[in-house]
Amino acid sequence: MTPEINLTRDPAHLRHGSSIGQPLTRTDGVLKVTGKARYAADNHPPGMLYAVIATSCIARGRVKSLDVAAAKRHPGVVDVMTPAHKPELAEDPDAKGNPFAFRMELLQSDEVRYANQAIAVVIAETLEAATEGAALLSPRYQVEIARVGLDAGEPYAPPVVGIGNPAEVVHGEIDAGFAAASKLTDATYETPAQYHNAMEPHAIVAVWDGDKLFLDTPSQGMAIAQGRIGGLLGIPPGNIHINSPFLGGGFGSKGLVSGPQMLGIMAARLVGRPVNLVLRRSQMYGPVGHRASTRQRLRLGADDAGVLTVIDHHARITTSSFDDFYEPAADASHTLYASPAIRTAHEAVRVDTGTPLFMRAPGEATGSIALESAIDEMAFACGIDPLDFRLRNYAEVEPTTGKPFSSKALRQCYARGAERFGWARRPLAPRQMRDENGFLVGWGMGTATFPALMFQGNARAVIRADGSGVMESGAHDMGQGAWTALTQISADALGLDLGEITFRSGTSDLPDAGIAGGSAHTATVGAAIHNAGAAVIARLAELATPDERSPLFGAGNAGVVARQGRLHRRDDETRSESYAEILARAGLAEIDASGTGAADPAAQSHYAMHAHGAVFAEVKVDPELGQIRATRLVGAFAAGRIINPRLVQSQLFGGMIWGLSFALHEEAVMDHRSGRILNANLAEYHVPVNADVPPMDVITVDEHDPHVNALGIKGVGEIGITGSAGAVANAVWHATGIRVRRFPIRIEELVTGLS
Amino acid sequence: MMNFDYVRPANVADAIAAASEKGAVYLASGTNLLDLMKGGVSRPSRLVDVTRLPGLDRIERLDDGGLRIGALVRNADLAHDAAFARDYPAIAEALLSGASAQLRNAATVGGNLMQRTRCGYFYDAASACNRRWPGAGCDALEGENRLHAVLGWSEGCIATHPSDFCVPLVALDAVVEIEGRSGRRELPLEALHRLPGDTPDRETALEPGDLIVALRLPAEAQGFAAHARYVKVRERTSYAFAVVSAAAALRIEDGKIREARLALGGVAAKPWRAHAAEQLLAGTAPDAAVYREAARATLAEARPSGDNAFKIELAQRIVVRALTLAAAGTPARIPALPGSPFSSVAGA
Amino acid sequence: MNHSISLTINGVLREVALADPRVTLLDLLRERLDLTGTKKGCDRGQCGACTILVDGRRINSCLALALSHDGAEITTIEGVARGDQLHPVQAAFIAHDGFQCGFCTPGQIMSAIGLIEEGQAGDDPERVRECMSGNLCRCGAYSGITEAVLEAHANMTAAKQRRSA
Repeated sequence: MTPEINLTRDPAHLRHGSSIGQPLTRTDGVLKVTGKARYAADNHPPGMLYAVIATSCIARGRVKSLDVAAAKRHPGVVDVMTPAHKPELAEDPDAKGNPFAFRMELLQSDEVRYANQAIAVVIAETLEAATEGAALLSPRYQVEIARVGLDAGEPYAPPVVGIGNPAEVVHGEIDAGFAAASKLTDATYETPAQYHNAMEPHAIVAVWDGDKLFLDTPSQGMAIAQGRIGGLLGIPPGNIHINSPFLGGGFGSKGLVSGPQMLGIMAARLVGRPVNLVLRRSQMYGPVGHRASTRQRLRLGADDAGVLTVIDHHARITTSSFDDFYEPAADASHTLYASPAIRTAHEAVRVDTGTPLFMRAPGEATGSIALESAIDEMAFACGIDPLDFRLRNYAEVEPTTGKPFSSKALRQCYARGAERFGWARRPLAPRQMRDENGFLVGWGMGTATFPALMFQGNARAVIRADGSGVMESGAHDMGQGAWTALTQISADALGLDLGEITFRSGTSDLPDAGIAGGSAHTATVGAAIHNAGAAVIARLAELATPDERSPLFGAGNAGVVARQGRLHRRDDETRSESYAEILARAGLAEIDASGTGAADPAAQSHYAMHAHGAVFAEVKVDPELGQIRATRLVGAFAAGRIINPRLVQSQLFGGMIWGLSFALHEEAVMDHRSGRILNANLAEYHVPVNADVPPMDVITVDEHDPHVNALGIKGVGEIGITGSAGAVANAVWHATGIRVRRFPIRIEELVTGLS
Repeated sequence: MMNFDYVRPANVADAIAAASEKGAVYLASGTNLLDLMKGGVSRPSRLVDVTRLPGLDRIERLDDGGLRIGALVRNADLAHDAAFARDYPAIAEALLSGASAQLRNAATVGGNLMQRTRCGYFYDAASACNRRWPGAGCDALEGENRLHAVLGWSEGCIATHPSDFCVPLVALDAVVEIEGRSGRRELPLEALHRLPGDTPDRETALEPGDLIVALRLPAEAQGFAAHARYVKVRERTSYAFAVVSAAAALRIEDGKIREARLALGGVAAKPWRAHAAEQLLAGTAPDAAVYREAARATLAEARPSGDNAFKIELAQRIVVRALTLAAAGTPARIPALPGSPFSSVAGA
Repeated sequence: MNHSISLTINGVLREVALADPRVTLLDLLRERLDLTGTKKGCDRGQCGACTILVDGRRINSCLALALSHDGAEITTIEGVARGDQLHPVQAAFIAHDGFQCGFCTPGQIMSAIGLIEEGQAGDDPERVRECMSGNLCRCGAYSGITEAVLEAHANMTAAKQRRSA
């Protein structure tokens, strides 16, 4: 069944003019608040078995033995999948067919390359039996010394960082930049490994029917997953049907199909029955990606006027021992601040962890907290207010390329955010403010930015005989609100009211919507929907305008406008005909047309395209005990056209909370000897709880960008983290006078510094 | 988790008999035990479910002015009992600063006393841990130990006790009532938890089969109600274990501290009663200098067990803070953020 | 050994045979009784996604052994709305956008219902934030959650007053 969502009767769904821009509540809201939204692990096909992964407790070495017999003796255990007993794969999971085919552990050998790696899969009639069966395998290992941390080995220059970005970029004369400076700052910042920790653990329910495969599994990119799974199994991608109507959060960790998901498919093949495989929370710290740890040195130079003469941003990053993903941390310095000389460079160290991957604002987030801290340090060194300093170094064109921005309302973001926050009252020096209870108060800010990307996506539009519309696109809703925002775009694309259209999504059986990542999904799929709608309306017009019986006769394609289910002549709006009338006369049950959304290469070569924002944070710090609490966050963002202000506010709030978390909470703690993560849970891997989240304020600044895409959308999924993390860190400095350069800011740094 | 026998005895005597066998453990609400079993840290062969034992879920006022709290009283019910919160505000505040509302609704008084350390190496079944496996060694000693013990630790174990509840309890001379194979006995709470020494695996003074049936607070404990606070430093605002915590309770008359009670959490393998500081405070006028002296005395024997020297300084500051707040007076209502430094204001 | 327990789930008395004593209430609901609205986020009492009401109190169902709750009355997210009519807390979560991905939402809503019943937070946003801190939301919908709980509390209080007037 194709997932589709019909609108509820909530009054907020009433249409007032155009659907785009309306603060509708979520179209999937009722399903989600009633528990009826079906996530992957909620599916129970008849005869389903439970698979549980046994994971390695060593980070490097080999599995010498597994007590398969003991596991099989446990009542309810059906089979144990091991390197010696598993379905054959058509492709080596370690082969690198393309840069997005990351290596995965599918029991191809006895080698262990990180802690929490899959070393066997136990399949049983019940979850309890499979879980205990996995424990009974009692693996024995040949252990090698684990390589842990940023100093684990010789650093090397990676071939590329992020998605094909050069590892080193030099703009202008670096030496001249330093020579021209009258103030220099040189500081090194460290950020820890972080784990996505979506609330929904990775899950798959796999059902084979001959050589057809039916999957319920959360995916941010179903078509890519089909290709990867098909390649590994040697079956056509079209044989693989993925349902992913709701993701319980993704944040990048569900962008590419992961090893555990493949193991669920293999287990189902092995036993010839449907299989459910859900990762335990602790098992999410390894095979499904993470944000790599970084050590970033930032050397800045500025002249007497507080104008930057050089930005030199060097990042050391970790990656896995067996694959290549390089967190593009220093790339944050390419676009944010004007400087005649900018150098960014990366070096990598291989460690025994799972391969780091994309995590919400990959590179931008890690780079942002370091750069925004460094800018704050330089502003203070120059004796200039941090906002004033940023304005003095405002990039009118993209600094490293010289391209004009397609649009950039950052000045308005600074101004409106600062006004809302009350920034003008901020004392320049730190440790000047106390609240009525004696807590230290600090104010900090950061600039937010994220590229406005477009991938490729498709949609199919249908007008039916009754005049209603259908829009189909296999989009992915991981919480950002695709069901709702794309429904709104669909209504406008079809010239129909929201109640007259059906939006179908969330399955690979629909047109490929591309990947939900890079904050580009609404823009990409929105453009596809826009184009599909335009194409189907054009087909309607082609039916009507050559027909003498139609009031639209002779109007020509360009001469009609679609509105509320009717085509009107542009030159005479009183002459119109309904979609239903047009189809009835033509004797058609429905007509359809397809559309594609993709980047415009010409526009991209002419313009730098980014969303921007300014975040202002207030923190309070206990002057003796050092505990920190964020008390106010204000963000002003310019991100092109806003499809649904309610959802956009939520996305930006969420991003800002991630920024807060980056500065104050999140960190995977790894034992430096074993390479095991000691807080692979949600009790000690701290993500913010409700009480950590202060009153927040989001302002969206109007921005009309004719270049980014047909709808002028820039995306808001990731930008909220950038700027926010630095703003909170800078506020802690402003409260205490203590500059902590290792994140998250730990209490001991403040306890030691506050006396 | 390993399969187990599940038994639900009808009375205490049957429970003790059922739990005296090797591999048997008591199950109350299971908020800690099931967590340990799922992590492979604890693999009992029998669960003796005591949740239906009659008579253990009551809060009783005793004729001598004391209070008896049945071991099965839920944490939330105790904290929200209006009379209890009025008479023992620091205990109620400590209870509400721990875990989450859901866990407090389930967790029992007896279970809270028996909760195990949160040391990451104890929880990581692949690490060496003398608590789990006597003689295995302690991987925390040279490991990630910034939050480990600074008082009373040994080379064998540097873990801390995670309870908030136990900290004011031990300060207020709580007594534990135990039923065992040889009948009923009592133990000061201070003697229930053991320091690791050479036998870190012996975490409490309980013998096999021993069942905590009640907790008693002596009549004198109420005398501190006007000046009692619990302060807890955490790495997030709520739903986190203490880095360091302190309970302070004062009896102030005529501008003088007649009697002081002080205990620390998060610093040792047991809730840490600060007797020396209490003696030092008795008879003095409430004053920051005296508090600092009390703090120094409390931590005089402290030494870092690893990367945690800051906890010695932090513990001294939290002692000063807890005493300062207690002297200022118990707020009329438990603060919105119980135990939080950000609830420092009286009446917040 | 076979155990049999009875539970009243969303108002319906059900006899449940359990061949395995290890089953938690969460796994019983999700894997054996087809009540999958309750979610498993951590299985260790650390996230709150599995929050249900047992005898009217919110608890983490992942840390509750099913056998130990023989005779209990259980309310899950599936039992909260009356037909098409949403519970005031559910409606408020939609109105205030108190969720994004929706995975923690059943637990948040059950926790909020439990909180309002406990009567400890009232209309104080700080107390609501504290008392809702046992429910993690990785999407960061906390502002909307807090607003939703406050509004539902106000609506439910007003409705109660109307009824008693």
